[in-house]
Amino acid sequence: MASNFSRILSSKQRIGVLTFVGGSVTAGFLLHRQHVGAAAPVRRSYPASADYPDLRKHNNCMASSLTPAIYAKLCDKATPNGYTLDLAIQTGVDNPGHPFIKTVGMVAGDEESYEVFSDLLDPIIKERHNGYDPSTMKHPTDLDASKIHSGNFDPRYVLSSRVRTGRSIRGLSLPPACTRAERREVERVVVDALAGLHGDLDGKYYSLTQMTDGEQQQLIDDHFLFDKPVSPLLTCAGMARDWPDARGIWHNNEKTFLVWVNEEDHTRVISMEKGGNMKRVFERFCKGLLEVERLIQERGWEFMWNERLGYVLTCPSNLGTGLRAGVHVKLPLLSKDPRLSKILDNLRLQKRGTGGVDTAAVGGVFDISNLDRLGLSEVQLVQTVVDGVNYLIECEKRLEKGQDIKVPPPPLKQFK
Amino acid sequence: MPFGDAHNQVKMKFSSEEEYPDLSKHNNHMSKVLTAALYERLRSKQTPSGFTLDDIIQTGVDNPGHPFIMTVGCVAGDEETYEVFKELLDPVIEDRHGGYKPSDKHKTDLTSSNLKGGDDLDPDYVLSSRVRTGRSVRGFCLPPHCSRGERRAVEKLSIEALASLSGDLNGKYYALKNMTDAEQQQLIDDHFLFDKPVSPLLLSSGMGRDWPDARGIWHNDNKTFLVWVNEEDHLRVISMQKGGNMKEVFNRFCTGLTKIETLFKERNHAFMWNEHLGYVLTCPSNLGTGLRAGVHVKLPNMSKNAKFEEVLKKLRLQKRGTGGVDTAAVGGVFDISNADRLGFSEVELVQMVVDGVKLLVEMEKKLEKGQSIDDIMPAQK
Repeated sequence: MASNFSRILSSKQRIGVLTFVGGSVTAGFLLHRQHVGAAAPVRRSYPASADYPDLRKHNNCMASSLTPAIYAKLCDKATPNGYTLDLAIQTGVDNPGHPFIKTVGMVAGDEESYEVFSDLLDPIIKERHNGYDPSTMKHPTDLDASKIHSGNFDPRYVLSSRVRTGRSIRGLSLPPACTRAERREVERVVVDALAGLHGDLDGKYYSLTQMTDGEQQQLIDDHFLFDKPVSPLLTCAGMARDWPDARGIWHNNEKTFLVWVNEEDHTRVISMEKGGNMKRVFERFCKGLLEVERLIQERGWEFMWNERLGYVLTCPSNLGTGLRAGVHVKLPLLSKDPRLSKILDNLRLQKRGTGGVDTAAVGGVFDISNLDRLGLSEVQLVQTVVDGVNYLIECEKRLEKGQDIKVPPPPLKQFK
Repeated sequence: MPFGDAHNQVKMKFSSEEEYPDLSKHNNHMSKVLTAALYERLRSKQTPSGFTLDDIIQTGVDNPGHPFIMTVGCVAGDEETYEVFKELLDPVIEDRHGGYKPSDKHKTDLTSSNLKGGDDLDPDYVLSSRVRTGRSVRGFCLPPHCSRGERRAVEKLSIEALASLSGDLNGKYYALKNMTDAEQQQLIDDHFLFDKPVSPLLLSSGMGRDWPDARGIWHNDNKTFLVWVNEEDHLRVISMQKGGNMKEVFNRFCTGLTKIETLFKERNHAFMWNEHLGYVLTCPSNLGTGLRAGVHVKLPNMSKNAKFEEVLKKLRLQKRGTGGVDTAAVGGVFDISNADRLGFSEVELVQMVVDGVKLLVEMEKKLEKGQSIDDIMPAQK
């Protein structure tokens, strides 16, 4: 974009930047990230007021928080990788949103985005995550699955159990901003680490660019295959660039542990199985995640994590744990009860159809999962789902017997 | 999506090999030209506004193409793109524009009186006539790269210039984001309204950003002269009317364009133009004249004739369905237009369409009577 990057013509930095043009090793300047400050100011051809987006018809978290003043303050900043505010908000400018569904409306291009653009991202995070204030609070991480109790559901009701999250590789840009080489590096690092998994986690990687028709069909039949994003929320953020280069799917031989590489995040990690043994699903989830973390650390890499934000992912909605633990559960009687929404709200759960987000429930079968992501640990969130689903099953059983059900009390306010 | 030079410097810490796109399944002009060696030579460059090689080629990387349709696979972000990246764009231009060499000069001729005939195409066959082109305002970045401030400045300038048109060119501007439902319906009924691009060819290059900010449609009261602002190019200019009087359409086209250019110059803005590439537009396929002159013409018998394609090729014409590019012909009605854009002047291209369509209608009439068309087969133009 014209105005953002004209700084090469103006500042004293010109000499410094021009020395990189020859392709020499630039480790010193660009990899040096002791302080996460912005890069040198970006010169614009137009004042901030001329470039400020028209958000009058918009309804997303970015539009709610991006005042002209904040825009003016941040529009000249860039992360050390050169990611700018305009790039971060493009998806929210291009997708005004819906009166009933409030999308986030911005993404991070790298780990530093959350620092450099904190004046905008902190209020967005607060709005999206129930008042969690990244400037003052700490996020707890807890992957000790042994703490889960009562996590084996009645299989007459719970058809399947699943836990997913994402992980980003520190030092490499995120999907909206990564170069082809960075994306390929993510693939290399992750596939290398996954190759070190053994036992029930022994598995195989299928690159999207190289899979055979047979492999593709099998992955579709297993419901493992992900396709190029079509949602404009994602494509406007630049996440689909260079598709399908460096994208792929890894899964264990038992088909209970699955990793997506370079889809919406560097990695998406999924543990799942038929039936109601959520505790076992979560045990495998934690074991797999911790093992992968150990394997990448052996090679000198680590996940993006900090105590303000927990695990750092592309979308601010997935910060903290990035965790969605859910079940497919049969609740035909409860599904017709007008109190269901309130019950779910108070249990801190959300319902979706079994096709995932934005689908409808079919035959009284719902996808029930945790609402929260940040400010509560993985163990806390999974326990919330366990307790909540057990409660819903109790309600269904009571309704089957013609008994009445109670709406549970709302939880204590968490972040005030 | 355009990232610019700071991001480009980050890429330089990786080797060219690590960054070079995988083009093994690709079939577009860019993929045919961009070898690994060329990528290495060009990847550290950028235009003064910060447009880089990866910005240029993103659309071609994301859209491998089709075995039968050759897309261009690259776009310009500003006027300087064609200079800074000439090592890539010159061969692309040469492939796309019939061997046009880096040393060739392009002739511009908007003197419509130089057109011979064109006012007598048989209206029983020729249903409508249309001429379109594009113009870019010098000093502003092009749709893949412009900031919101720039795009709005182009819109403001265009509104001011168009507001000064008078007589049969007196008209009104409709901003996409401000139009009423009634205005929108009228524009749809008139077939004037353009919508947000859905083609991934366009979206991958960043042209859809900030939609519908600073986009709009201007047309004259007579609905025969239309200007699109900030769609695929800064300006797209269209002259059209029912029937076969291409001469009148072209007269209005030239008059209108020349007036608009004068009005811009009065405000100290020129159109992007040079003697090698003619008018500079976003897509290399539209360089030179950027002109597509065409008719909707009924050719049911010709369309079933084995020699149809050959005739079109010889006449330097192309066919499309009446929905525009990538649509099929319905009821034997085709959109027939010039295949060339660069290396021929505006008058020359419209002349080819006028002469060629006249011949096609003649052939159609012969086929109707069961006669052969062999004796009036044209030579290769």
